[in-house]
This record gives sequence, structure tokens and C-alpha cells, in this order.
Amino acid sequence: MTTLSDQHPSIWTNAVHAAALFAVDMSGIAGINLRARSGPVRDAWLELLREFLPASCPICRVSHHLSDERLLGGLDLAATLRSGRPVAERGLLVQTNGGTLILTGAERASAVLAAHIGAALDAHEVNMQRDGVCELSSARIGLVMLDEGIEDENPPQALLDRVGFHLDLDQVHWRETVVVGFNRESVIEARRRLDQVDIHDDVLCALCEAAVTLGIDSIRAPLLAIRAARAAAALAGQRTVRREDVALAATLVLAPRGTVIPQSGASPETKPHTSETDDSCSFHADEPEAEVQSIDDDRPLSEVIVEAARAAMPPTLLAQLQHSDALMMRTNAAGRVGALISSARRGRPAGVRRGEPRAHARLNVVETLRAAAPWQPLRQHEIAQSQAPALKLRRIEVRRDDFRVTRLEHRGETTSIFAVDASGSSALYRLAEAKGAVEQLLSDCYIRRDRVALIAFRGQKAELVLSPTRSLARAKRSLAGLPGGGGTPLATAIDAAATLAVAVRRRGQSPVIVLLTDGRANVARDGTPGREKAALDALVAARVVRSTNIAALVVDISPQPHVSAQRLAAEMGARYLPLPQADAKNLSLAVQAVRRTECL
Amino acid sequence: MTSIYPFSAIVGQDEMKLALLVAAIDPSIGGVLILGDRGSGKSTAVRALASLLPKIAAVAQCRFGCDPDDEPALCDECRDKLSKGPLKIRQIDVPVVDLPLGATEDRVVGALDLERALSQGVKAFEPGLLARAHRGFLYIDEVNLLEDYLVDLLLDSAASGENVVEREGLSLRHPSRFVLIGTGNPEEGELRPQLLDRFGLSVEVRTPKDLSERIEVVRRRDAFERDSAAFVGNWRKENTRLRRRIMAARDALDNIELSDEALKRTAQLCISLGTDGLRGELTLMRAARAVASLDGEKKVADKHLRRVAAPALRHRLRRNPLDDAGSTTRIERAVADLFGP
Repeated sequence: MTTLSDQHPSIWTNAVHAAALFAVDMSGIAGINLRARSGPVRDAWLELLREFLPASCPICRVSHHLSDERLLGGLDLAATLRSGRPVAERGLLVQTNGGTLILTGAERASAVLAAHIGAALDAHEVNMQRDGVCELSSARIGLVMLDEGIEDENPPQALLDRVGFHLDLDQVHWRETVVVGFNRESVIEARRRLDQVDIHDDVLCALCEAAVTLGIDSIRAPLLAIRAARAAAALAGQRTVRREDVALAATLVLAPRGTVIPQSGASPETKPHTSETDDSCSFHADEPEAEVQSIDDDRPLSEVIVEAARAAMPPTLLAQLQHSDALMMRTNAAGRVGALISSARRGRPAGVRRGEPRAHARLNVVETLRAAAPWQPLRQHEIAQSQAPALKLRRIEVRRDDFRVTRLEHRGETTSIFAVDASGSSALYRLAEAKGAVEQLLSDCYIRRDRVALIAFRGQKAELVLSPTRSLARAKRSLAGLPGGGGTPLATAIDAAATLAVAVRRRGQSPVIVLLTDGRANVARDGTPGREKAALDALVAARVVRSTNIAALVVDISPQPHVSAQRLAAEMGARYLPLPQADAKNLSLAVQAVRRTECL
Repeated sequence: MTSIYPFSAIVGQDEMKLALLVAAIDPSIGGVLILGDRGSGKSTAVRALASLLPKIAAVAQCRFGCDPDDEPALCDECRDKLSKGPLKIRQIDVPVVDLPLGATEDRVVGALDLERALSQGVKAFEPGLLARAHRGFLYIDEVNLLEDYLVDLLLDSAASGENVVEREGLSLRHPSRFVLIGTGNPEEGELRPQLLDRFGLSVEVRTPKDLSERIEVVRRRDAFERDSAAFVGNWRKENTRLRRRIMAARDALDNIELSDEALKRTAQLCISLGTDGLRGELTLMRAARAVASLDGEKKVADKHLRRVAAPALRHRLRRNPLDDAGSTTRIERAVADLFGP
């Protein structure tokens, strides 16, 4: 049996360990997020997992656009009619009880699907209350999410938080996929031992401490790490969790969740967003490549854990963390991606509900007949009894109560991207107005299904202050303390807005750019001051926007409407709105108007 | 059946625990909304509450668990029985009913009993979740993801205190008074304003930041997962003590004195915050009374108002686009201004 190799364990070795640990304690570790393109590496890993899992363990592969009925269950009509009593059909979650659910396209899973699966992962049971049947069935499942997200596309946070391991196999070459250290027998043996594995209280404390040091907020992380460490000990045939088990758990559970790269030595830690981090857990790391195996036993355990996690953190994380604002927003935004919106008029079918067919609600004939079917004997009997001569016996009696209409969902949300001039020339109070407008838009977005993003530009750069959101809670946080003053890097701002708009459109939503500026650019794209070049750059950027066909609105916020903003709007193919006295309400109305034209 | 984590073993999260206890003492408070970070124990707390509640008296063999002492609210069947003689009474557990997100309408409001229709050809009403939750708690996890049409059903029934079902020529109404408890993560989206207003108390939960508190959470959770029976056993005494406190607080509730001074303070606080409508004041007053009762005191004092001001008013503040401070901070400021630091 191999344990961690002497050198730095490769990503693939870690992935193999993850598969084995998951196989040992499926419901405890809850799941794995497997970020990888579809291909030989992913297939090899899945094949490996299949080999580790006991033969009796059901494996069920489902796609992210699975209906509630398939997932949760409902009334089995055929069996019901045959047996003359209600028969429940078990959903996939229950059918997979004791096994593994593989969710494909996890990065596009909806929040509702995530909630269903999350509830099953938490409670180990499914409470079905559907179609006149209620049933509480046990559903101890492990979840494997196949995540093919690009860049900041992520599976719903609700699931990411719950599953133990986050693997990223994109960097693994298929030739590496040969190491196998475990087999089904060792897994089954470990499963038997799992309950007897002890974990010392100081190990538990050290894991909690390490999680804090790494800037991990969720309390599920240390809990999952404990489960992983236990599974590792069981797999190694131990009765007590050892240091290397903890180190492995840190590598697999804590490292991918880390938001802070721990600094070496006693230098004060700089973590802008994790002020909660306990300062008492300072540590003294020797070398970044410190080997997990040859750990000096004098070192405090939490150091060992942090070190193991740190070694497994992707090197790119450091670069990302330097722009930790953007990182925070990205992680927060994840989970909102792909949210589905129900609509009466358009979109793809997403289940049925009882209701009258009206102008915009289409009758679902099959479902209506299904709803009517169980009641036929009762109704026929009633009609026969009533002896009303006018009522001829019909083959099928359909009543109003049976009417089912199709619920539709679509991804046609609008995302309004506000690019706000926060430079010195647009006085500070303009910024306050823009904040007001964003909040105004958010507060009635429940009805309008709008999302809002905010880019502020000043000095030499444009900054994404608020990534697309519908949440007032987040908007408030991000809007607080938005500074003003400095030059007007208009071109950079338009570029940033266009990039975001294209990304939004890629997700199937309709972007609208709202540019609030006086149009007087004075910082060029490369950051150099100078009115002429800046204006030219801005016009070029505007033309790019027009070429992408993104709906846009230029709001001229200078006290006197100015020709430069007008010209900018023309180049952008945008509407031009002089709004010297811009108030939140008017702005909101103007955005709605543009949005409507965009939807048509 | 998996065992339930004991309520008294929940570490920290005092505001959430207090709000749930207040709702258990005075159900007229109108529900508790718990929003906050993932994995901060929201669902655990709600489920734990169920095992904490003392039994209540109900009419024997009533499908809705009618309260024998509340004659006007009896269901039709119980009223029939009452006209024939005194009602039989039995003790039942307070229902804590889960409304899962995937529930369909017929299971929420109730429908014709399919089993009896098929086997006996009889039209009979099968009560839904709203009936089961009568006199107890209706719990919705991820409440901000609930389908709109289900939200409408809940709002109807919550407003009138009864549930009306019209199916297949069967027309039926039954009492349905429940404490609505919703949990969710605010990052998943906003709650519909009508539903938000329905909740009496609104609690924000955060993952504990203090290391020793976090360790204690993990330690207890781990102990529970390893041997839940033993863990529950260890906390049984503590839970029983808390249950007795709730019972005593319930009994004493009507005798808690609410002085004019306290009423004035309540009004002042609401005026200074500019809350919409009178619901805020009413909830604050009731919640403070429940807290006083829980503390075993005779009259409502400032300290009680202080403890429930934020949950009672947080979701009723008008949004002020130019004030970046969160609702909680604004309430804290107003409380400090009025009651002193």
C-alpha cells in the first residue's frame, strides 16, 4: 500500500487518495467536486472510484437539469392503477441510498437542485411530499460533482460547502493516471474499522486553528477534515489518527478552501477580509516544500496542518490573492450562476403545477390526464349513481381540479452593469446617486428579475465593485466605502464593462451597460494622462461595445449636457440620456426602458 | 430515525436561540426568520427546538389537533363532538412540520385521500402540511428558494389562520395556525417583501469568529456524530431544565406587567428608527414580554427590550440608500441613544 510519496505528492496522487477516502466514508465526507474537462483523466478517476466502491454500492449518474420529480419521487401512476392503492415512486436520491450520485454539469446546477441535494446530504433522508403521497425515506448518499466550469463558473456554493474534497484535475496529464495504491478490499476493510478510529482532542483543535489561519470561514471545513483524517487512518489500518492522516486531510479538505496564504515567520499577517483570524495562531514555517512525512514531532500540529495545506495550494492562488477583492467577489458570486427564473410565457418546461389554463399558461395534457387517472373509478361510480340522463358515460372524466399547466423557466434575466464615473470631475455626490440607483433597482428586482453589477472608475483603473447580484445584503456591503476622486479612465471603464457584459451573455442572460459619466476622459487606456488620447481611446472602446451588440445607455451626469458624452453614446450605439439632476428613481426608469427594448 | 441534536448543546448563537425560545413561549409572535452563513447551524437549531417543546393538550382523534380550550377555533368535526358531550383530551407533541422545497401544492394544503378513493370509492379529505402544522411550527429550509405559488398559499393561510380547500365538490375549512420558521442564505437572493413581513422576528447568524468557540462547535458536533445516543443522553438534564423554563414562562406570560413606561420606550425606539407600521412595535412588545417571562421576572424592563430590539425590528427598517450602515448597526445606535450604552 502506498502512502504519500516521498516527494511532493502530485495532484493525481492526491486525487487517488481522495477517491479512496471518499469510498471509505461516503456519507461523512459527503462528496467530491471534480473540476476537470471531460476526457481520459476524468474517466480514469471515475473508473478508479468505481473500483474502490463496494460492488453493491449503487452509482447513479444524473444531469443538472433533472426534474424535481425524478430527483425526489412522486406518484407511480401505472403501479397505482394496477394495484388500486397509491404507490410511491422513489426518486433518484432515495434509489441511490447507500451509493454515489454523480452530478454532471454541476457548474450549471440551479440553486433549487442544490438545495434538494444539500438537504439530503445533511439529513441523510428525503422528505417527499408530492402528488398526494408523503414518504420519509433514508438517503445516505455521497455526491460526486463533475464540474466543467471555466474561470469563475462554479457549482452552487451550497454544495461546494458541503462536499469534503475539491479536486482540480485540469493540470493532470493522462499519462500520470497510472498510480493505484488501494483496492476494493482495503476500502471494505477500512470501512469496518472506521467506527473505532479515535481522534485526539488536540488534533481536533489544531484542525480548527489551521482552518482559521487559512482564512476558511465555514465551520463545515474542519468537520469534514476530521472525517477525512479518520478515513485516512482507517485506510492505513490505524486505530488513532496520526499526523500524516491529518496532513492528508488538510491537503484535500482545507487547501482548496483557503483564502489566505499563510505568511512565514512572525511578520504581521495581511488579510484584508479575514480580520476574524485569531492572531494567537502564529506559526513558523521552515520551507514551503517541507515534507509531510518527515515532520519533526516537536512542531505544533496546527503548523504541520497549515504547512501541508499550503504546499497543496495552487501557486496561482498567490497571484489571485493579491487582488483579493476580486477573489472575494468571485467566490461570493458563485452559486448564483445559472439561477433559473420561472415565467409564465417563455422558457423551457420545468415541471407542472395545478392551475387553470389561461392566456399564458399552457395546459399540459399528459399531466392533466395523469392527474385525472386515479380518480376515474370514483367519478364513473358517481355518475352512474346520479342517474342524470344528460350525463352520458365518458371514457375519461376530466375535472377542473385535474388541470395541470406547465411551469416555464428561462435564463433571460437582465443584468444591468453600472459603470460609474467616480473621478474628481464627476463630483462625489454623483457617486451617492449611483449607489442610490443601484439599491433602487435591487429593491424592486424581485418582480423584475434584474441583477445589478457596479464598476467604479477613477484614477487609472476601473474596479468591479459589485459583481452581478440580486442580493441587497451584498450590494450594501460592496457599496459601502466606495471612494471618489482622481482622473477619468473612460476607455478602461468601457472595456471592463464590455468584458463583464460578454461574460454575462455567455451565461444566457441579457446584459445592459449603463455608463454614468460626463464623458470627459483624461486618462488613456495605458494609464497615461492627456485628454486627447484618452478621448480617442474611449471612442475606440465604445465602438467595440457597439460591435458586440450589447444594449447600452449613456447617462450624462455633467451639470450641462456635453457633446463629448453624446458622441460617446453615438459611437457605442447607446441611448443618450442627459440627466443633470439625476435621481435614483429616474435612473431606474431609464434603465428599465433600455431593458425593455433589449428584450424585444 | 436519526436522533436530533440537543438544543441546549448549541454553542453560542444566542440571538437565534432566544428568538426560537420566544416563539415557543408566545406563538402569536408570528414566526422567526433566520438568515445567515452556510453551516452556522440554522437547521440544526430549528430541528432541535422540536425535541424541547412541552406537550400540549389536544382533542383526541382530531386530525387537526384542535385545542380543547379554544372553542371558537375548533374544526367542524370537533364542534360536532362538542355538541354531543365533553371532548376527550390527550396530550400530543407540538408539531414541528418540515415543508420541503419540492413539496407539491396538494400536499401543502391537503387534497382528496387517494388511497380511500381508489380502494373504497370514497371522497375523503386528506390533511396536508398546513393541517399538520396547526398549533405548532412550520419549518421551511432555504425559504428564499420556495416557489412563488407555494408562498402565496402560505401567505393566505397565515393571514386568516385557517386553510380552505375546494376539491372535487368537497369544500372544507380547517384551522391552521402555525409559527412560520424560515431559514436561508441571503446570498441566494432576497425574500419576497410580503413573506418577509410575515415573520415576527428576523435573526442574522454568523459563523463564530472566536477560535475557542469554533473548536467547541466542532468538538460537540463530532461527539454527536460519533455516538449520538450518548451525546443526547449527556444533555438530557440540561434540555429538561430548559423545557421547564419554557413551560414556566408560558404559564407566567399573561401576568407579566407591561408598564406604560415600557410601552413608551417601545414607541420611542420605533419612532426614532422610523419603522413601518405598528407591527414592529407590537412584536417588540410581545417579544420583550416573553423574554421577561423566560427570565422569571415580573415586569418588562429596558434590558428585555434591548435583547429583542434587533430581531423584532431589523427587517422592518426602510432602506436608506445613502446610509451604508446595516440595519443591525442602525438599531444598535438607536438603542444606545435611547437606553444609554
